[in-house]
Amino acid sequence: MDKLHLDQHISHQFNEDLEHLRTKLLEMGGLVEDQLKDAIKAVETADGGLAEKVIETEDEVDRREMALDHESISLLARRQPAASDLRLVMMVTKATRDLERMGDEANKIAKMAIALNNEGGESARGYVELRHLARNVIRLVSIALDAFARFDVESAMKVVREDKNIDTEYRSAVREMITYMMEDPRAISRVMNIMWALRALERIGDHARNIAEQVIYLVHGTDVRHTSIGDIEKKLQEKLEAH
Amino acid sequence: MNLSPDDRAELKYKTVGEKFSETPKLKIRGLNVSYAEKQAIFDVNLDIGSNEVIAMIGPSGCGKSTFLRCINRMNDTVDSCRVEGSIQLDDMEICDDKVDVVPLRARVGMVFQKPNPFPKSIYDNVAYGPRIHGLASRRSELDGLVETSLRRAGLWDEVKDRLLQPGTSLSGGQQQRLCIARTIAVSPEVILMDEPCSSLDPIATAKIEELIAELSENFTIAIVTHSMQQAARVSRRTAYFHLGQLIEVNDTQHVFTNPDHQLTEAYITGRFG
Repeated sequence: MDKLHLDQHISHQFNEDLEHLRTKLLEMGGLVEDQLKDAIKAVETADGGLAEKVIETEDEVDRREMALDHESISLLARRQPAASDLRLVMMVTKATRDLERMGDEANKIAKMAIALNNEGGESARGYVELRHLARNVIRLVSIALDAFARFDVESAMKVVREDKNIDTEYRSAVREMITYMMEDPRAISRVMNIMWALRALERIGDHARNIAEQVIYLVHGTDVRHTSIGDIEKKLQEKLEAH
Repeated sequence: MNLSPDDRAELKYKTVGEKFSETPKLKIRGLNVSYAEKQAIFDVNLDIGSNEVIAMIGPSGCGKSTFLRCINRMNDTVDSCRVEGSIQLDDMEICDDKVDVVPLRARVGMVFQKPNPFPKSIYDNVAYGPRIHGLASRRSELDGLVETSLRRAGLWDEVKDRLLQPGTSLSGGQQQRLCIARTIAVSPEVILMDEPCSSLDPIATAKIEELIAELSENFTIAIVTHSMQQAARVSRRTAYFHLGQLIEVNDTQHVFTNPDHQLTEAYITGRFG
């Protein structure tokens, strides 16, 4: 079924428990992905109702985070998993946290949408940058979740590399925002809102990278946090040669 | 084990991991063991470091107990058993036919699966080894040795008022600690343990594991266990045996979080191997 052979335990119940954990994490990921897409759409279309929906979904995301953590702890206590099974359970507990934080950031964007809506005014300045960054971040989240679904290190590496680009784009968008504020001080409050939304997107990119790093740890058992991309590639190459 | 020499060629796995130690107490090289026509161990190379606790794990019949029994020549008692290769304890070649097994077994003690106290008093169980090896010349000296051994085995406080009662009157866990006291009474350098906790309850098991940690300060310990959690808890290195071959030996943490060999992974995670 997959590279980690989750379905090959002597205990069928164990197979099912691990598979359930994986499915539930992907469901939670899908929920957060929708939240993010809706939040961006709410900003773009000044849709207060959609923004409210994003905020409401937050409770469901929190509930799922707790349920997944509960299941992970129960699995640790009852099965004492080892090796890749242990890494999967540890990864899930960490990824739920990253997903929950992504949900929080999407929430912030939704609140920004409501604020922008209430302020009114016709200036659409900053939307281009926001849309651009949002498109890339949404794609990044989707690749990260896909990397987990398929235990695919190549996709995970793609996320790690592209998160660097996101950070660069974020900085350049912020510089743009500053020029807008200098050009037209009346737009400051409005542009500030866009800036917060950009910041939230950048943070979401970081969480996607965390998940991607955890996928690499899950598959190879190599800890690649706080490591430069060059060093990660070197580590993975060594790992491949060792096998 | 039921392998013909032809099977042997197909079953060549190269041992992965850290086979050798910088401070070896035991050096095992090219060890092959057969029972009549059946080969039980294939070309095992391994160092066991001074004062380290090494755990041997693997499915039933993988050769881990046979391996352990080679280290103090327990396999000599099996007529059909043939051992080839070299096992060096410091500078002494254990496999040499000229080696007298009595002093060897004083240097390499063994604790078995089932506690097997002699049908003697608690005192005499512990004093037995020092007496036959002539380690104590006076009664007071022997008393001291018995007390120290029982203390180190964590049993003294429980038995000090009934040293003359039979060893078999103790509980299972206490009997196993008595056997450990008996083993350490002759000051061995290496202690071999063959599933020492498999007949004990969790509390007695925890006491033995605690004891293993303390004993490792003074002794080199090799333990065969069916409990992977036990291997994970007590050992510094873990060796995985499969069909008579040493598949992987690595730091215990490494083995249980990210083993190098697929067969090790399959075994410790309970997958079909």
